[in-house]
Amino acid sequence: MASAELKTICTRVRRNILEMLTGAASGHAGGSLSMVEILVALYFCKMRIDPRNPQKEDRDYFILSKGHAAPAYYAVLGERGYFRKEEFRSFRQLHSILQGHPDSRKCPGVDVSTGSLGQGLSIGVGVALGHRLAGRDSHVYVACGDGELQEGMIWEAFMAASHYGLDNLTVLIDNNGLQIDGPNDEVMCLGDIEAKLTAFGCRVIRLADGHDIDSLLRALDEPSAGKPKVILCRTVKGKGVSFMENQVGWHGKAPTRDECELAVQELEELA
Amino acid sequence: MKKMKAIRIAYGEALAKLGAENEKIVVLDSDLAHATMTSTFADIFPHRFFNAGIAEANMVDMAAGLSVAGFIPFASTFAVFAGRAYEQIRNGICYSKLNVKLGMTHAGVTLGEDGGTHQAIEDVALMRVLPGMTVLSPCDANETFRAVRAAAELQGPVYLRLARLPSEVFEEEMPFVVGKANIFRDGADIAFFTYGIMVSECLKAAQALEEQDISAAVINIHTLKPLDSEIVTRYAAKCGHVVTVEEHSVIGGLGDAVADVLAGKVPCIFQKIGVQDRFGQSGKPEDVLREYELTPGQIIARVLSARK
Repeated sequence: MASAELKTICTRVRRNILEMLTGAASGHAGGSLSMVEILVALYFCKMRIDPRNPQKEDRDYFILSKGHAAPAYYAVLGERGYFRKEEFRSFRQLHSILQGHPDSRKCPGVDVSTGSLGQGLSIGVGVALGHRLAGRDSHVYVACGDGELQEGMIWEAFMAASHYGLDNLTVLIDNNGLQIDGPNDEVMCLGDIEAKLTAFGCRVIRLADGHDIDSLLRALDEPSAGKPKVILCRTVKGKGVSFMENQVGWHGKAPTRDECELAVQELEELA
Repeated sequence: MKKMKAIRIAYGEALAKLGAENEKIVVLDSDLAHATMTSTFADIFPHRFFNAGIAEANMVDMAAGLSVAGFIPFASTFAVFAGRAYEQIRNGICYSKLNVKLGMTHAGVTLGEDGGTHQAIEDVALMRVLPGMTVLSPCDANETFRAVRAAAELQGPVYLRLARLPSEVFEEEMPFVVGKANIFRDGADIAFFTYGIMVSECLKAAQALEEQDISAAVINIHTLKPLDSEIVTRYAAKCGHVVTVEEHSVIGGLGDAVADVLAGKVPCIFQKIGVQDRFGQSGKPEDVLREYELTPGQIIARVLSARK
């Protein structure tokens, strides 16, 4: 897919994220906007999937370990045709397929329910082990937040992924530097994430711009024989909306109608 | 002489047997394989056994992932450490109704010498409250084989509460239907509802009561959830004196489950026998059982005190 077309998709995804959040008057703006390119690269270019047959056995799997970025996930799944885009309006409403955090039993295309931070990677390790045992060449992609790396079980999972040599597992870290209580470095310093992951036996690729789809795709194509691969993506929290960018306050907040209009206007001007 | 065998040993053998029949069965442990006896499976099917190391939370979610990939995982450690991975069991497994089986051994105070840090007295309460969780606790080695098979055949999360010590193996083969309790001994005056290795203790108590012309039924509630409310109601009405006996806290266990069924429906004398809101401690298993008032003699004394 041409990069101009991918850019248009990203703009549309961002617009849908903002409208979903505004409609629900709740949800997580900053960390949804920061991972749009990561999701678009996976779902529009990299992953072997069939939206008309979401349970297809030989598909690649995706796990949104940072489940609060559900609006970005839903916007991309809807864009890809897993369900009708009218569903966006039901986000966070009673009986919706679009729960506050992704629910595999309700939403087509969601492989694993998430929401409680730290768990998605361990589940991904299990899925990757299962594929290998079954002789399937399906790949497992897991997206984590950087704040999420503070969870102890994340490191249990990296240890296991490396111990079992899971080169059918790729972890994308949305490294936007902020979490709900403030900057990562102030809340609980993560130190040198790349060095830590390398020490845990992962093949680490650092991306200076996690919003550049071409470099994301190159990193996704890199081999990592015998090792789990981690793509450490430097991103901007709230990316694409000037008044949300790099603002801690927009972690778990939805825009008002006026703010949403302003944000959408900005997105369209940029496009 | 009574035949004795540990439930955990039967658990390992049952996994190995099932593993030979069904290649979807995989087993996980967190560095206790030679205690939980999952090593019996690992020795035969090393490529289907995954050691998570001493990392219970990761083990539980790895099991969740293996079930997402189409396998039937049995994950094991000591019952007390299932609590360490409780939120993983809740959100990683139960929330999505994943087909994961938790075979947790060394449950209850009869774990003995390792002491209170290792004796799970709360696991039934924790598991029972999770929506969609089935909770099983076999009473002997033979029933363990049937319980493990039933767990594998059932689609959805299952918690198996398994004891450590060698315990009596009953000769009579009872059917094992999830949610259907078994009457081990019929009676008309007292209904003992119990599970796990306390079934054997209750049978001893019932035999001794017979010498005093008190006829006691012993009902093995091998499925703690969903509870067989039909048999509970029927025997409470028939006997008028209900006694629940468990190697578990009296809070949140079988006693509370039975009380929930009977409250407001069946007038009866009701006694909950179990661990009285305190932690366990080190000691020989028989000494610990006595300290926590779970021996047949102590059960009889409690029961008689209510009938004066």
